[in-house]
Order: sequence, then C-alpha cells, then structure tokens
Amino acid sequence: MTAWTTGKAAGPALRRPHRLRAGRLPLNLAALLTLAVSVFPVYWMVVTAFKPAADIQSDTPSFLPLHPTLAHFGTAVHSPGFGTFWRNSLTVTLGAVLLSLVVALLAAFAVGRMRWRGRRAFLLMVFVAQMAPWEALLIPMYVIARDTDMLDRLSMLTLVYFMTTLPFTIVTLRGFLAAIPVELEEAAQVDGCTRPAAFRRVTFPLLAPGLLSTSLFGFITAWNEFAFANTLIIKNQDARTLPVWLSSFSNVFGTDWGATMAASSLFMLPVLVVFLLLQNRVTSGMTAGAVKG
Amino acid sequence: MLTARSAAPPPAVTDPPPAPPRARRRVRVGALWPYLLVAPTVVGAAFLLVYPLVRNTMMSFQHFGLGELIRGGATWVGFANYRTVLDDPEFWTVVRRTLWWTALNVALIMVLGTLVALMLVRLGKRMRLAVMSGLVLTWATPVIAATTIFQWLFQSRFGVVNWALVKLGFDSYRDYSWFAHGGSTFAILVALVVWQSVPFAALTLYGGLTTIPAELYESARIDGAGAWQSFRLVTFPMLRPLFALITSLEVIWCFKAFTQIWVISEGGPNGATTTLPIYAFQIAQSLHKYDLGAAVSTLTVLILLVALVFNLRRMFRQEGAL
Repeated sequence: MTAWTTGKAAGPALRRPHRLRAGRLPLNLAALLTLAVSVFPVYWMVVTAFKPAADIQSDTPSFLPLHPTLAHFGTAVHSPGFGTFWRNSLTVTLGAVLLSLVVALLAAFAVGRMRWRGRRAFLLMVFVAQMAPWEALLIPMYVIARDTDMLDRLSMLTLVYFMTTLPFTIVTLRGFLAAIPVELEEAAQVDGCTRPAAFRRVTFPLLAPGLLSTSLFGFITAWNEFAFANTLIIKNQDARTLPVWLSSFSNVFGTDWGATMAASSLFMLPVLVVFLLLQNRVTSGMTAGAVKG
Repeated sequence: MLTARSAAPPPAVTDPPPAPPRARRRVRVGALWPYLLVAPTVVGAAFLLVYPLVRNTMMSFQHFGLGELIRGGATWVGFANYRTVLDDPEFWTVVRRTLWWTALNVALIMVLGTLVALMLVRLGKRMRLAVMSGLVLTWATPVIAATTIFQWLFQSRFGVVNWALVKLGFDSYRDYSWFAHGGSTFAILVALVVWQSVPFAALTLYGGLTTIPAELYESARIDGAGAWQSFRLVTFPMLRPLFALITSLEVIWCFKAFTQIWVISEGGPNGATTTLPIYAFQIAQSLHKYDLGAAVSTLTVLILLVALVFNLRRMFRQEGAL
C-alpha cells in the first residue's frame, strides 16, 4: 500500500513542527481508535469464520481464533447451490464487464479520436447516464423483463449490469485515450498501417493498463450488486447470484453464524484482491462516481 | 483529477485534432464511422435506460396493477396516482424520514470524515499507513458482506456488541434484540452507512489536505490563529470545492440507499426504516400497485434532481472542454 504515500511527494506536504511527545499521545490514541473501528467488523467476520461452533456460541466471546477450524468453510462451500451461485455471479459479472469494455472502447475511440456532428450531444448523454437513478428503475425493469420473457434469466442481469457500468467505462477510457499522443497513431499510419491497424498495434497496448483498471471497477460494481438481482431473479432459484443468496443466509444457515461469516468472507475475497490491484486509483475512480463501496 | 494521490494524473481531455484532409470519396465513407462506433452505446442506452425511464413515467399515469401486469391493457388515469400518493399522509412521513435519514448520515459522514482526514495529516508515517489501510479495508467491504457482519455484531444472544455493553455495566442490553425496535434498527443502519462511507470522505479530503501549502498555515499561525481558526480561514476555503463534491455525492448515495435497508429490515419494524426507495419498492412488489410505486419513484427522482443537477454541473466543469 505504498502508493498511498508516494503521491504525497506530488504536492508540498503539510509539515507541522514536531510537538512534545505528550501532545502526540491523544492523536495516536485517536488513530488507534479509528483503526480499531474500521478493521474490527471485518476482523470479527474472519475470526468467527475460523472459530469452532462452541466458541461462537459462548457467553464470553474469544477475540482470537484459539482453535481454528475450516469446518464453517466446508459448510458454506457444500451448502446446496453454492457452486451454481458462484458460477452465476462470475458469469454475469464477467459478461457485463467484457461487453461494456468492448462497447465503451468503440465509443471512446469515436469521441476521443474523431470529429463528428453530435459528438458533444453524445458526451452529454453519457454524463447524464452516469447519474442515472438506478434504484428508481427497479420496478419498470421488472415489468419490462416480465413482458419480454427475460425474468429469471442471467442474460437480463448481464444486460442491466452492462448498462450500469457502461457510462463510467466510456468516461474513464476516454480519459486514458486522451493521455496517449495521437501522433503515435499517425506515425504508424504514415508507415503504412491502416487506421484500425494503427490503433490495434500502437494505441491498444498503451491502453491496456487503463482497460484493466476500468474493468476492475466494473467488476466490483457488478459483483456486489443486489437490488436488481433480487428483483429480476424470482422464481428460478438456480439463477440467483451470490449477493442475493448471502442476503438470505438465515434461510440457508439458520443461526449458524460461523458458516454465514465463512460465506461472507469467501464472497468478499475477490473484491479485496481487486482493491489491492487497484491501489491508488481507487479514490479518483470513486470520485468519478464509479462505484459505491 | 481531484486527488493529489494519482501518480500520473490524466491530462485535461481536449478535443481531438482536426482530421487531416483526405480525398473526397474517403471523407464521405469515413464520415459514417463515428456513428457506427457509438451505435452500440446508443442502442444499449435506448433499451436499458431510456425505455425503463419512459415506461416508469407511463406507468405512473396509468392504472397498472397485477391484472394489467399479466394481461396488459393498462388504461390512462392522468394524475390520479400522484393525487393518491400526495394525499396519503404516510407518503409525507416517509419523505420526512428520508430527509432526516439523509441529513443525519451525511452530517456524520462529513464531520467524521473531516476529523479523520485532519488526523491523518498529523500522524507519523507508519501510523498513517496503518490507518489508511484500515480505511481501505472498510471501503472494500461489499455492502452485502457488511450487512451480514453487522447483523452478527448486533445479534441478540451471542452478539459481541451486547456482550461489550453488559460488560460496561449496561445490564439492560443482555439479550437485547436490536432489530425488533424501530429506533435501534434505524441507529444500526446509520452506523452501517456511516462506517462504510467515512473512508471515501476521509481519504479524498486527506488527498486535498496534502495539496495545501504549509506556508499558509505558518502565516496563519504567525497572525495568531488557533487550530479552529486556521481550519475555518485556511483549510475550509481551500477545500471548498472538495467539500461540495463529497457532500453532494454522499447526499445522492444516502438518499437512494436501498440494499442496506432492504437486506437488514425491509423497511421495518413497523415501517420505522422505510425511506422513499424502499417505500416505492414495497408498494410495487408487495402490494402489486405498480402504478403508485412508479409515481413514488418519479417523485423520488424529482426530489433527487437538485443534487443530481449540481453534481452534473461539477462533472462538466471538471471534464473541461466537451
């Protein structure tokens, strides 16, 4: 996580004169408190997942996994449908991300590299779409899905996630594209490349990191989405995704909190990996309205 | 971009350079390309965004219940649905509750976020890294995982919160069921949303704080300004755009928060945590009054429009030349 600090060199750092040690004590105590509050819930999830049932249902909770066990992970993984829901989530998420990446790349190229009538209007539309109040569209989307026989289908969910991530993907890719000098492409064209070939051989490799980080944001959004998955998948329980399954944990695990926390941990794992990959790009992406954690 | 943190900030987005002159025929054929390239986006938005919006507005002016959902043939009723909704005192209770919910969450997020950011700049390097990593962990927690964790933390029999409260001497919290009471459920939801939202506010503000030149604080100190005064006269004016941005984003996010509330309480107990998005969904999905639900949704968007337009204007300014 060094990326968080390296950026400090960019701006003149705020340096305060060193105070007396006594003056720093409350500050460090506040820091420890902040750290504890932010980490404890996640820590508690992981600890509970590893504790044997007897330790979980004890009147005095133990704060360390003294007798770690993988039993709860076994319960979670072997609960009916776990593999299916995991596969559904992956299918929907990857499908939506790839689709929106391809469509956004085409649009970003048109917006960033070409001049045409209606370009401004198109960009305006993309910005407005980025602010779309999706929570207010649950009901019409349900009605439309029902009318078109798309209810209980993963393809419908994929399409919805594609559209929720598309505007952000276009805006971000346009930014990355603008950072690549158009002269590189022109030079390739002078050397005899066609325009598509110049883009594919010169710009595309340079764009790869941008494509990666943009798609990771889309991944988090789609992976975590609950409201539409809960509304559009109703009868066909086999088509549910992980968030919906996890939200109904009491039907699945009853009061087995160890298994619930194990399932939660497994669900969170990919997101955590993605966050570690993204590191310092997280803040700027979030600011652009990408994902709400 | 906004933060000082990104190592290589993308340069300002500018218009593409004019196309080099080409042979006449090629221009005519080539002129179609940009439209072909944006066509998938336009088609997708038309079907998956514009159409649902139009459909929602249409439904709010129709009589649309379970029968119309199955058989079709909805009839137009003008503003009747809106009259029904606006005449219902429960709607206004929900509106007041939503505003209170939004105000409380945003106020807590902004105050705590600012305090954490101010703390971060004053910390030593290692401690700062530790706190920031903790904040990122909180931020990375998926909403569904967080709701599950909070339900376990506040569980009545073996929940760690009740255990701690009893240990601290609050004996009335022995086996206390938090989710059976409206007030305590509301409080847990606020805690959950604030816990998840403070990292964004704090880290963004910290990014802004590091860009303020130290000389400004020094001259403020020489002029005799205390801690509060240097915040009011230096920090706040310098970061005003950032504060405005975060506040507007948090207002939007808290106002339309759906998942947390629905998963934990479905708006209950006794409607104590029903906000506008939950209310619209309940009316439509549980009562099958899709027309009234659509009307509430439309009204929700209208109320949100203030914050949305503000945010849109900011995005335009930030992106510069369109």
